[in-house]
Amino acid sequence: MTALKTENGFANPDAAYEALVEAHRGLAEAESAALNARLVLILSNHIGDLKVLKEAISLAKKAG
Amino acid sequence: MNRSAANKTVYQFGYRRSADQDASRPVRRPVVIVGAGPVGLTAAIDFAKRGIPAIILDDADRIGEGSRAICFSKRSLEIMDRLGLGDRLVEKGVVWQLGKVFLGEHQVYSFDLLPEAGHRMPAFINLQQYYLEGYLVERAAELPLIDLRWRNRVTAVEKHDDFVRLTIETPEGEYRLDTDWCLACDGARSKVRDCLGLKFEGHTFEERFLIADVKMSAEYPTERWFWFDPPFHSGQSALLHRQPDNVWRIDLQLGPDADPDEEKKPERVRPRLERMLGERKFELEWVSVYRFNCARLKKFVHGRVIFVGDSAHQVSPFGARGANSGIQDAENLVWKLALVLNGEAPESLLDSYELERGQAADENIGHSTRSTDFIAPRTKQERVLRNAVLQLAPHAAFARRMVNSGRLSVASEYDSPLTTPDREAFAGSARLGLPVPDAPLDDRDGAKRYLLQTLGEDFQLLYVKDGARPNVPEGLRMTVIGEDLIDREGHFTQRFDATPGAAYLLRPDHHLCARMRSYDGNRIREALARAKGSAI
Ligand SMILES: Cc1cc2nc3c(=O)[nH]c(=O)nc-3n(C[C@H](O)[C@H](O)[C@H](O)COP(=O)(O)OP(=O)(O)OC[C@H]3O[C@@H](n4cnc5c(N)ncnc54)[C@H](O)[C@@H]3O)c2cc1C
Repeated sequence: MTALKTENGFANPDAAYEALVEAHRGLAEAESAALNARLVLILSNHIGDLKVLKEAISLAKKAG
Repeated sequence: MNRSAANKTVYQFGYRRSADQDASRPVRRPVVIVGAGPVGLTAAIDFAKRGIPAIILDDADRIGEGSRAICFSKRSLEIMDRLGLGDRLVEKGVVWQLGKVFLGEHQVYSFDLLPEAGHRMPAFINLQQYYLEGYLVERAAELPLIDLRWRNRVTAVEKHDDFVRLTIETPEGEYRLDTDWCLACDGARSKVRDCLGLKFEGHTFEERFLIADVKMSAEYPTERWFWFDPPFHSGQSALLHRQPDNVWRIDLQLGPDADPDEEKKPERVRPRLERMLGERKFELEWVSVYRFNCARLKKFVHGRVIFVGDSAHQVSPFGARGANSGIQDAENLVWKLALVLNGEAPESLLDSYELERGQAADENIGHSTRSTDFIAPRTKQERVLRNAVLQLAPHAAFARRMVNSGRLSVASEYDSPLTTPDREAFAGSARLGLPVPDAPLDDRDGAKRYLLQTLGEDFQLLYVKDGARPNVPEGLRMTVIGEDLIDREGHFTQRFDATPGAAYLLRPDHHLCARMRSYDGNRIREALARAKGSAI
């Protein structure tokens, strides 16, 4: 049983993607990496479920 | 024994010839302990308290070449209290329970280790390891069943079916000694382990750390202070913690490329410390540069050779889990081996030492590895993630909880075949598999006692009064709460979720192994047999 949702969750997914892209505009590579790290931590904690987090990690690894 | 008055405390002992060295054939003993560190000494004293003679062999003849451990946990103090050293350690030690973590100059996280009142022992004390060892040696000297032999170096170990033969080098030449059981308490570089050809599997961290003990009068509070990226030691981490005698422990992270010999030189160390301590005058007591390991033996019991303490497992010091876990190993093993030696339990009971302390070792290695990785990230990306936690910490509570400068040693909760599972629900902080929590009580004369002080070295039943005293199985000690001890303040009732008639079975190491809402003689008999290994 998977706990990770992979179907679309946003009413407007394009706007969500745009928000992420905009957050990185104008940042140097190191700043971008640091921003991503902070985001990952914030979102992980928001999910607050180690099982979901681990499934997300393995999906991310598989896709790369 | 002498204590030198110099700023470095040293206990000096003498070599004495033993009659065993003159025997024509190797003398046979029940228990020989290799190593008079905190772990070997604890084991020997515990054996003596159980009536079993123990020989301790140590290759050195002094204590005090550098301090190493400074933080001793409540659980260690409770064990030491049972062995007769609790008051002495707490009196000499510096009691603390607060830790603060700083990012730069700003505090980002703090912890309080003992929010519960009514415990005889504090959450932690700081004390130089040489004091602990010195006191243990003095305690051992009071016990005629202990024979402590200095400058006795074990050089070879021969395993036989039902005994172990040791070859021992002394200033007057070599001799051999046979023993039913050999406890290898000879530390992280264990010679016994080498003699048996066993692998110590684990990980060495690249990072180097400067550890200094500094004597100074300073007004800092008695708290554990840890900095990430402090202004005085940019980009690295630092720790400051008080010990007795106005000695302060300082750890400074140096990075993986630091040259240990250069970094130990006073002309190198002093400026680093001056940046941290400012104008204060200080003396250097001891300086060392470390690279830390986390490693363990796959198995701790090898026939009649049993590994205990650092010889069995090693951790990095963040979390103070080295000596503290070794002391718990010793206590876990000794009552079991005493039962086996007295013919009261099968040898297979020792498998539970392996299992329970193996779980504890994994837990300790897990914690100290995570702490070390947080303090010294292994890769660039790991550092990015670590820094992200630190950057978020001032803004978000979850990130403060992730800041890891060491998770301090607490007692391990055993998931063990010696435990009888609960049939009824129990709340409270007392938990199956954990040592029972302490509680203040009054004895029959109204004198104040602490629960743990009353427990002793044997299996013990705590029964909450509900009419007449039940007839407990022979040999089991019972204390009736509400009769022998009175719970005036209600701490016991709350911590044990006690109701009239409830019964709690405690192992000799005070771990809770069975409980029930009403006294059931058969269940208690079964639980007792199980705790002595019947189900292994
Ligand atoms: C910098 C630092 C800080 C630390 N801080 C803490 C802390 O705050 N809290 C904590 O709990 N732990 C701490 N530790 C870990 C702690 O010091 C060890 O876990 C502890 O000393 C282990 O005790 P032991 O008795 O198993 O081994 P050891 O203390 O190493 O004792 C082994 C003994 O065996 C003897 N020996 C060795 N080989 C032979 C031989 N062939 N024959 C006879 N005798 C032999 C040695 O002389 C020695 O006396 C720290 C360690 C370091 C390095």
